[in-house]
Amino acid sequence: MQKEFSILVGGAAGEGTRMTGQLIGKLLNQYGWRIFIYEDYQSLITGGHNFSVIRVSKEIILTPKKEIDYLIALNQETIEKHKNNLKKDGLIIYNSDQIKGEKGIGIPALSITNQFSGKPIMKNSALFGALAKVLGVEWEILENLLKKEFGEKAEVNLKIARAGYEQSKTSQKIEKLNQKPLSLLNGNEAVALGALKAGLDFYISYPMTPATPILHFLAQIRKNFKNVIVFQPENEIEVINAALGSAFAGKRTMVGTSGGGFALMVEALSLAAQSETPIVIVESQRPAPATGIPTYTAQSDLLFVLSAGHGDFQRFVVAPGDAEEAFYLTGLAMNITWKYQIPAIVLIDKEISEDTFNFDESIVEKIKIEEPILWDKKGEYKRYLDTKEGISPLAFPGEKGVAVKSTSYEHDEFGITTEEEENIKEMQEKRLRNYENLNNEIKNLEGVKVYGNKNSDKAIIVFGSNKGVGIEIGKKLNLKVIQVLVFQPFPEEQIKKAVSGVKKLISVETNASAQLAQVLRAHDIKVNDSILKYTGRPFFVEELKEKLINKI
Amino acid sequence: MEKNNLDLKTKNTWCPGCSNFGILQAIKNAISILEKKGIEKEKFVLTTGIGCHAKIVDYLNINTFYGLHGRAVALAEGVKIANPNLKVLVCSGDGDSYNEGISHLIHAAKRNIDLTVLIHNNRNFALTTGQFSATSPRGFIGRSSPEGSLESAFNPLELMIASGATFVARGYAANVNHLTNLIVQAVEHKGFSFIDILQPCLIWFNTFENYNQRVYELKENNLSSKEKAIQKILEWDYNDGEKIPIGIFYKAEKPTFDEETNKGLVNVEDFGSQIKEILAKKS
Repeated sequence: MQKEFSILVGGAAGEGTRMTGQLIGKLLNQYGWRIFIYEDYQSLITGGHNFSVIRVSKEIILTPKKEIDYLIALNQETIEKHKNNLKKDGLIIYNSDQIKGEKGIGIPALSITNQFSGKPIMKNSALFGALAKVLGVEWEILENLLKKEFGEKAEVNLKIARAGYEQSKTSQKIEKLNQKPLSLLNGNEAVALGALKAGLDFYISYPMTPATPILHFLAQIRKNFKNVIVFQPENEIEVINAALGSAFAGKRTMVGTSGGGFALMVEALSLAAQSETPIVIVESQRPAPATGIPTYTAQSDLLFVLSAGHGDFQRFVVAPGDAEEAFYLTGLAMNITWKYQIPAIVLIDKEISEDTFNFDESIVEKIKIEEPILWDKKGEYKRYLDTKEGISPLAFPGEKGVAVKSTSYEHDEFGITTEEEENIKEMQEKRLRNYENLNNEIKNLEGVKVYGNKNSDKAIIVFGSNKGVGIEIGKKLNLKVIQVLVFQPFPEEQIKKAVSGVKKLISVETNASAQLAQVLRAHDIKVNDSILKYTGRPFFVEELKEKLINKI
Repeated sequence: MEKNNLDLKTKNTWCPGCSNFGILQAIKNAISILEKKGIEKEKFVLTTGIGCHAKIVDYLNINTFYGLHGRAVALAEGVKIANPNLKVLVCSGDGDSYNEGISHLIHAAKRNIDLTVLIHNNRNFALTTGQFSATSPRGFIGRSSPEGSLESAFNPLELMIASGATFVARGYAANVNHLTNLIVQAVEHKGFSFIDILQPCLIWFNTFENYNQRVYELKENNLSSKEKAIQKILEWDYNDGEKIPIGIFYKAEKPTFDEETNKGLVNVEDFGSQIKEILAKKS
């Protein structure tokens, strides 16, 4: 059997292709294979064309490929759109009730579903069963999976899957690999879990693709996390202001949105800075300007999040490149924002948010709740005590003998409004000293990771969701690959070290203006060239390889 | 910093004779009364937006969050949901919560969150030098409307009834005792309490004389009827009308949002095992 293969499952929205993709991933995960699932869907509820690409490999992969080994088609459009990407020896498994005259394995999925009085969406189970047979999956493994996933509703699905299984035939039996199955998680789920591990008390969000599933996930798992409150208010301005109120009251609070929602929050980002109120903001990018393309991907808000907000202030900005990093960096952001009382932003994009990654649970223990600096209860409480480090100890409303005075206005140590030059200077300099703490913190953090041939004088530099494709291509073309994980404070020394000896540095970005290259150049790091994609889709492995070969 | 109980010895920058002094006094009186009734001073939190009203944070020795323009209610909602044991008051202005931040006011009333919202309604933007606001009468002459504003005022009390507020009242900054009593009742009311406070602005819209002649105190009767409340509320539409009633118009009992969202909350120290349980299901 080959080292890797890809399965595409496609149909109209509402036909359940995403669920099928997830089931396929989980099924092959049982055999120790590594899984990555790319989700491609449109901003509509029924109709249109949705598909998932399940990439299955012996080694960890974090990115989709164009070439397909197995095409599972619920409708004719899926075949028309993806047939060109099917390998010569690829196989089509299709719903023969809707698609006629196709080569491959035709399964009368709807007829089978009707025969067992199933709901129309259950026709997926017939095709799922057929694929399992093609790959020589043992029936018991499939059965156990469906029971685990559907519980009491598994019975009808199992009958339908069994019929599909029996009408199909094995072409290549999947090898059982000697490695432990890993969990399958999308980045939104990883962000939520990372925040929880770092002590999340309160999540506030207004729905906006592709960050909405964080809200759904947290609302649903609240059963197990009884100290977490989830709140969906009237708009993003309420979201961020209520979040600052919550943090003022002592609760570890996070908000999540996309570029447009973040734009509405920007005034209050500046309030977080002035009032020194901790907050974690998750910004999952999608193509813009304006509404852009809601269900697709981009990395075009990097410069925006780095500079958003009126006034002179810093923020902590991280950009995870897969689910494990999303978990870790969100937890880190929560701890950092409470340590320094400086706002933190987790910058992701639709691919991190909604694609499914293998997740090694050993990362979970790396995040622990770190307590902020609290008032020692001695003397009179001053919310903005002018300390040497610039960090003023926290107290919260309700504490005996304390009046906590937080403010958007420039203020004295108590938080009383001031317009006096001396006070203004004192407070600005207190904040500047605190930003120095944050700048020093970067020495303790892994702001940059290097992969591939570390001795190569040709390198690509990436962030966020281009990590996976970057690593894979780097390996193939024997290049050095540099990933930036922290953007503010900027890990300048780490990057300069990573690019030393590099003669040709190419940035690979999913935006139209090479924003990563712009940031690097602002820090005197020479970028020779950029490969940009701005069609809403991520780089597919083959595509980036071709573009890079022309550049190096 | 020198201070005694509720006072802070800060410099007050309201105009001499400003009716905001009356509101400040009423809030101090109300907190003192509530303290005597057993609510600790530390339990009070006051949020404000931006405008003349917001300067009040510098004159009160209690927990405060001086927020952004229009966002006083939003801040307060976060505080209250995060810690329902706190008594959360909002001071906001007509420009602040009837113009810039009206969405938060409507939705906070709709969810019946247990806040006490006090609107310093001087019926103009005073700190930005006298432009018309949502409760300025049609024809208001200000620096941005030299020929008179083209918009009529809306009636905030009517809006609050429609939005689901469970305590709706009007006070008058010049009647401190009456206002004190209203604030005490509003804080004691479990649910969204709203008091529109007529607050004459000496500089840009001096309504003292006008109000003194027209304001009268409502006699408490059936406060649970929305229809009767609306009838009384419509006696004055913030444009014309003969008499201006002050007092409580409407009062009702409903579950509060902060209580409902906090129901069944348990303090958990570390989520490692729950997270692993979720991960196990996702393989």
